[in-house]
Parts: sequence; structure tokens; C-alpha cells
Amino acid sequence: MKGKVHLYGDHVDTDQIIPGAYTKTLDVDELASHVFEYLDTDFRTRMTSGDFVVAGEDFGCGSSREQAPLALKAAGVAAVVASSFARIFYRNAINIGLPVVEIGPHDIENGSELEIDLEAGALTDRTAQRTYPVTKIPAVMLDILREGGLVPYLKKHGDYQL
Amino acid sequence: MSQTAVEKILSQHVGKPVHPDEVVIVPVDAIMASDATAPYAIRAFEEMGGGELWRPDKVILVIDHAAPAPNQHISNLHRMMRKFAQEKGCRLYDVGAGICHQVMVENRHVQPGEVVIGADSHSCAYGAVGAFATGVGSTDLAALMRTGKTWLKIPPTIRIELTGRLPAGTVAKDVILFLVGQLGLSGASYQAIEYTGEAIDGLTLAGRMTLASMSVEMGAKAGIVDPRGLELPYRFEPVWADKQAHYAQVLRFDLSNLSPQISTPHSPDHVVPLEDVQGTRVTMAFIGTCTNGRFEDLQAAAAVLKGRSIAPHVRLIIAPASREVFNQALQEGVVETLSQAGATFITPGCGPCVGTHLGVPGDEEVVISSANRNFRGRMGNPNARIYLASPAVVAATALCGVITDPGQVMDTKASPS
Repeated sequence: MKGKVHLYGDHVDTDQIIPGAYTKTLDVDELASHVFEYLDTDFRTRMTSGDFVVAGEDFGCGSSREQAPLALKAAGVAAVVASSFARIFYRNAINIGLPVVEIGPHDIENGSELEIDLEAGALTDRTAQRTYPVTKIPAVMLDILREGGLVPYLKKHGDYQL
Repeated sequence: MSQTAVEKILSQHVGKPVHPDEVVIVPVDAIMASDATAPYAIRAFEEMGGGELWRPDKVILVIDHAAPAPNQHISNLHRMMRKFAQEKGCRLYDVGAGICHQVMVENRHVQPGEVVIGADSHSCAYGAVGAFATGVGSTDLAALMRTGKTWLKIPPTIRIELTGRLPAGTVAKDVILFLVGQLGLSGASYQAIEYTGEAIDGLTLAGRMTLASMSVEMGAKAGIVDPRGLELPYRFEPVWADKQAHYAQVLRFDLSNLSPQISTPHSPDHVVPLEDVQGTRVTMAFIGTCTNGRFEDLQAAAAVLKGRSIAPHVRLIIAPASREVFNQALQEGVVETLSQAGATFITPGCGPCVGTHLGVPGDEEVVISSANRNFRGRMGNPNARIYLASPAVVAATALCGVITDPGQVMDTKASPS
């Protein structure tokens, strides 16, 4: 995966990712049309499909709304990179097949070009010519992500497998 | 082997001793989804192959986030939930029954020592009765509907010891706001919290729910309250942490000098003593939510407002946590007191807290609320500012039109405990 960085700070909460009032729909394109509405009003016009969201600590804190990763994925975000994630957001993202990459403190800049190899666990900031170690995700989550999410995983296996 | 309460409960469910950071598959006792999360869960359940629920009697659906429906789209999502509940034979609490977490505890769908998973981040509230409970999203819940199991990383436990006696005029909300301010939004990330100590032994079930519900505001996976002093309307076996249990951290706070606390915009962990923001003008006040919408919360507000009228420029909106709460408040004259003071009652449910419908503030408005989150835009308008406080502080503020310590407007002998 290669794409441009859209950079945000610490504690980007779920109300910033998608406000509660817009979550009551099963139409993911409608969710996508409100992504980052309070945080970054121009996001939808600036981003191109395949770009990355990069943030600091505790990305996705707050609500359990799965509409948050769904809205990002439907908007075309290829992966979210953060120093840390709130746990429900992290699970939700993997369950719906949106890659989430934890890299520890970083100095990635807005607009930089990133390259991510999920299988190899490598993240390179091509603009700054710097590589970051990627935190390993638990094996059970990697299996779910490999299947494309929890729905295809359970369809295939019928139950959780450790 | 000595264990924390959470390790003990999870070991019993997994069927072997578990250790922090170990990934396990856990059978659960009950699961819950609201109208904010059930529609996606139902769709994912069907996509996984549909069929029968793991245990229809243990799958609880609650219509509370946008109830009654404010538009046809949401009404159709509610219809989808009713149809699913009817077809699958699971329990559905419809419009007006109340907030999912209150309904779960009132109707004994969660009991001490159980593992209960809810598709709502404040599911950690069930730690009030001594259950291990955590929030997940819709697809995790769909998998639970199908298998009755989920995978979990066993959380390390932080023990929070609260010493001293709570001063008059301070309540569970002041305790938890203080703790959220101390630990910060991610201070307990991925960990469980055990709340213990003499300062909270005397808390009612309602106060314990206030405490446990906001564990997620520190990033915690679960928050469990020491069962010492716990009273439930049925017989139960409490789960005690072992004295020699190993904790990731032990934090001690002496609460004997605690004063009313307030969380300031735009984050729950921006907590200050009330006196720092005293006098801030507000135009909207809200009492309700899974954190503070119970009978004793309404009673505390009524104690402040009895025989008085709220400031003319303030609207005070009250959403009881459940129909049971509303009925009790009706019977005991609390609704009358509050309504005569100028409060407006709305359907038991979540509405204003999450900006889904009803009670959306206007631009530049300042809101004081008994809820648990004040992120920018939380109540439906990113240009409003939200302060979080206890119900008595919300009531005193509605009375004066500016942020006010209830102690200053009440006869101290009559102050709510």
C-alpha cells in the first residue's frame, strides 16, 4: 500500500471521526460523506482513495460505534496509523477489514508519502526516508484481517480458532 | 494462585487460570445491543450465515439511542430490530423502557460474577454489580449472537484505593470525574480497574453504576467495584479479589477533601474543581444518561429545586434512565417538584447525550450535563460547549443560570447525600 498522509493529533475521538447523529444508517456511503466532519471539514475533498490517516495516541477513543472505521473505509482510507488505538476502535477496524497499524511515537508529516507492507510488518515514510517498526498484532486479529474481516472469518471457520 | 476479581471471573468462564495479556476465548453469560449498534450487528449476523441465535434468552436488544424515532430512516432501523427479535425469539426492550445499561441491571440480565458483553462502550457499567463487562462493536456482537463466545486479551488490573470519607455535598460523580482527571483519557487503556476503599463502601447501586460506567473514559476495558457494601434486590455470591493478587498498578487517593468536580470542554479528562469555573453562564442543562439518570440523581436535583424556579434563560431537560426510574420519581413526587421548577421531561433513553435527537444545543451555547462525555459535537453541535457534573450541580446551575455549587443554594442540613 502506498499513499499520502493526512495527519491528526492525539485522542481523535469517535465523535470527530463520525458524529453520533450521522451513525443511524446502514448506508456506508452516507457514513463516508460525514467522516471527520467536525475535525477536518475539507478532508473528503483533499483525500484520494488509498490515502492513510496518521494520528498520535488513543485514536478512536469514546463510543463503540463501528460506523467510525466503516466511514473511514468507505471514504477510501487504506489504513489508519497511530501511536496507539482505543481498544474498541481497534477491534472494530479489524473486524470490518480496515487495517490499523500501531507504530509508537513518530514524526511523520502531513502530506508525506507512506508505504505499508502489512504482511512484512514494515512502514516507510518515503518523504523523510525513514522506516518505523510496526507493533505486532495478536495472532487471532491477524487471522481475522487476513480473511478480510470477522464476517468472512466466521463464515469460513464457523467459530473462533486460537 | 492469587487473582484479581477480573482474573477470577474470567478464569471461571474460560475453565482454567488465566493471566494478564493472554489471549483467550471466553463464553459469555449475556449480550446486549442498542439501536445504535444492533442494525449493523443484525446485518453482520445474517451475512455470517444467519440461522438461530446462540441463546435467544441471553440476547437483549434495547431501543434507547433515538427513541421514539425522530425520522422514518431511524424508525425503519427500529422496525428491523423488532422483526429480528420476533423471528429469533430474543428479548427486545422497546421505546420508553430506558437506557440499555439501566434496563440490563434492573431486569437482572447481568449479575455478580458474570461475563456480559454489550455493543455500547458504557457496558462497563455492569462492573457496579461485580460482573466483568466490556463494550464491543456491532460485528463482534454478531459473532457473539452466533457463538456465545468472544476472544479477549486478559487485561492487567489497576487497583484504585479510595480512602477517607466523602465530604457532604460530594457524590459518586465527583469521585469518577476526579479519577478521570487524574488518570486521563488513556490512563487505563486496555486494562481493568478495581475500585475499592472506604470512600465508596457506602455507595448505592446507582452510585456504583456512575463510577463503573465512566471507566471507559480512562480507556479501561472494564471497571469493577469492590462488592463490600453492595446491596442488590436478590441473593448473590460476591466475587472478591484475593488479598495477594498482583496488580499492574495500585493507586491511592484520599477523598476526604474532595469538592464538587467539573469536566470542562472538550474532553472528559479536562477536570477542575467546580470553584475554578463557578459563574460560567449556561443556557442548557441536562440530567440523564447511564451515568446519572437514576432515581437518586433525580431526587438530588429535586432537593436543590424544590419550591424554586430555574433561571429564565435556561432550559432544563431530564431523561430518566428507565421507565422504572420515571415511575418511582412520579410516585415520590420528584417529577412534580422538577416539573414545577421548570424542567422538561423527555422519554427515558440516551437521546441528548449522544446528539441523536432531542436537546441539541445551538451555536455558542454552553451546556451543563450529568452525562459522561463532552467531546466536541457530542450533543449534536460542534459549536456548543459542554460541562459535565453531578445532577445536584446541574440543578443548582439551572437554578442560577451560571455554574453553581449546590452547597451555596441549599440549606446544608438538607443537602443530598
